[in-house]
Amino acid sequence: MSGFARQVRDLLARDRGGVVLLLLIVIAAIVSVVLNQAVAPSSALHLSTYWLTLIGKYLCYAILALAIDLVWGYCGILTLGHAAFFALGGYAMGMYLMRQIGTRGVYGDPILPDFMVFLNWTRLPWFWYGFNHFWFAMAMVIAVPSLLAFVFGWFAFRSRVTGVYLSIMTQALTYALMLAFFRNDMGFGGNNGFTDFKDILGFDLHNDGTRVVLLVVTAFVLAASYITSRAIVESRAGRVVRAIRDAEDRTRFLGYRTESYKVWLFVFSAALAAIAGALYVPQAGIINPSEFAPINSIEAVIWVAVGGRGTLFGAAIGAVLVNYAKTYFTGAFPEVWLYALGALFIMVTLFLPKGLVGVVSMIRRKTPSFDGASDSTVPAASELGVSRGSGVK
Amino acid sequence: MSGPPPELLRGKGLSLKDVTVSFDGFKALDNLSLTIEPGELRCIIGPNGAGKTTMMDVITGKTKPDRGSVRFGADLDLLQLSEKEIVDLGIGRKFQKPTVFEHLSVFENLELALWGDKSVWRMLVARLTRSERAHIDDVLELTGLQDHRSSPARQLSHGQKQWLEIGMLVIQEPELLLVDEPVAGMTPQEIERTAELLRSLRAEHSLIVVEHDMDFVRSIARRVTVLHEGRVLAEGDMDQVQNDPRVIEVYLGS
Repeated sequence: MSGFARQVRDLLARDRGGVVLLLLIVIAAIVSVVLNQAVAPSSALHLSTYWLTLIGKYLCYAILALAIDLVWGYCGILTLGHAAFFALGGYAMGMYLMRQIGTRGVYGDPILPDFMVFLNWTRLPWFWYGFNHFWFAMAMVIAVPSLLAFVFGWFAFRSRVTGVYLSIMTQALTYALMLAFFRNDMGFGGNNGFTDFKDILGFDLHNDGTRVVLLVVTAFVLAASYITSRAIVESRAGRVVRAIRDAEDRTRFLGYRTESYKVWLFVFSAALAAIAGALYVPQAGIINPSEFAPINSIEAVIWVAVGGRGTLFGAAIGAVLVNYAKTYFTGAFPEVWLYALGALFIMVTLFLPKGLVGVVSMIRRKTPSFDGASDSTVPAASELGVSRGSGVK
Repeated sequence: MSGPPPELLRGKGLSLKDVTVSFDGFKALDNLSLTIEPGELRCIIGPNGAGKTTMMDVITGKTKPDRGSVRFGADLDLLQLSEKEIVDLGIGRKFQKPTVFEHLSVFENLELALWGDKSVWRMLVARLTRSERAHIDDVLELTGLQDHRSSPARQLSHGQKQWLEIGMLVIQEPELLLVDEPVAGMTPQEIERTAELLRSLRAEHSLIVVEHDMDFVRSIARRVTVLHEGRVLAEGDMDQVQNDPRVIEVYLGS
């Protein structure tokens, strides 16, 4: 067995929740593929394109939830702006997809996307150069949000901004980006954003086969993100990060440069969120400035809280469950959803401070045949985030 | 009590000379002079406001004095150094309130306190070496926490947390340890255990212990210094100090 495989095995040997999550991901991917491709469309068991797309989107949300759990659950940074990184990754992917449309657009311009022709632009803006290459777009998916996260984190964490002040700054960040992307002269399609994508790497996006591949790729990226995140939190650096969450001054006093730990964790988390966004856009078929809306970031934090913060696998499962509930409620009782979401958050904070994972481990502790998985290293919601914020020092 | 043989004295000595610190005209330290021998365990007592905490702040570089000198070992001038540099020289300080990492295990708390490269990239890939592991095990034994190595620190009693924190200092192998009120809030059994722990640290480290509990001070110190209004009021063994009329006056009032 290679060294890498052995390391992954050792990592998962102590992580039953992670094994369950990875199994669920594999099962979801296989079942989706089989039910969509191998079962006749006339059969009741056939998975429609609608559901295929939906499952793919849930998996993207799960990656975003992992990203948030890393910084919130493990480092106590309550980010309320992670949807900004998700949306930036999505926009970078969207730019590639727009340039693939070519002459098939309404105006048939080989270079300029439709919205630019509509605005009477004659030249492609410089920041659109290179996005006709897939590799370049993928590099930008990671580079742009990471750079933003680095600059933001550098200033915020070095100035020792923490708690509620930091949360407000992240909200301001995503709100400012939303306003900027709404403007037509930004060059990103204004309030319409990008849509009407045709194909990706030459494969038709309206084809179920392409969508199945996208779903499998998303499932794979989710699994890889989980394993990487788990490796980080289980490393010695991960323990330093948790120490920072518990007592940052004390950690600094031991000789750790806590701000650089926070910056790098924040950058990694932003990159993860951006990858999720890039996988989301070809499946959703649209990206527009509403993805930057502050409520999106807050919803994503709720997924993590519902699943169980500081567990990683709980965050991913929470994202899928809450979004399934959202799909159901917005279909059945559209006006109820926001109230349901708010109620859910209050209920979880009051009664399930450790989320659904906390409930599961509570049940297991009462069953003697299990050796009571330890959730003791996860602080309750009331100990984290806003209430612990010590403000600007 | 006979002292350890000189070859075992590994800690460095410390000498404060004519140190004066004033805050808005109030003299927190007033020409304070004090010498700690290598490997000595010195207790500092004194009423509130006597300057004990200010003295610790000066030694650790947190407060810079208006006048005076602070020398560590033969030739190190601490006043020229930053707080971080002083920590790196091997002067560790234990604050009054125990601050351990509640959600990390006892072992992980000690691991965090180990010496070494503490950069993000190093820590991402670093594994404990065998000698580091052995070192942590030694400190676990020294502090009597070996049965709690995997428990989260928040499950420890108040006394155990104090020992863990002392362990986190000791694992850095400091030359001089400053310990602020270690037994406040402890049960008699815990106090006894703490005295044992501090006595076992003597010789390999120089120690300065600030404490109010007189029985505790008597059980660990050979030399006691009484501070009053920023100056040394009396110095000697516990009996001398307790029978000194000036000390009685300060403590009991005239």
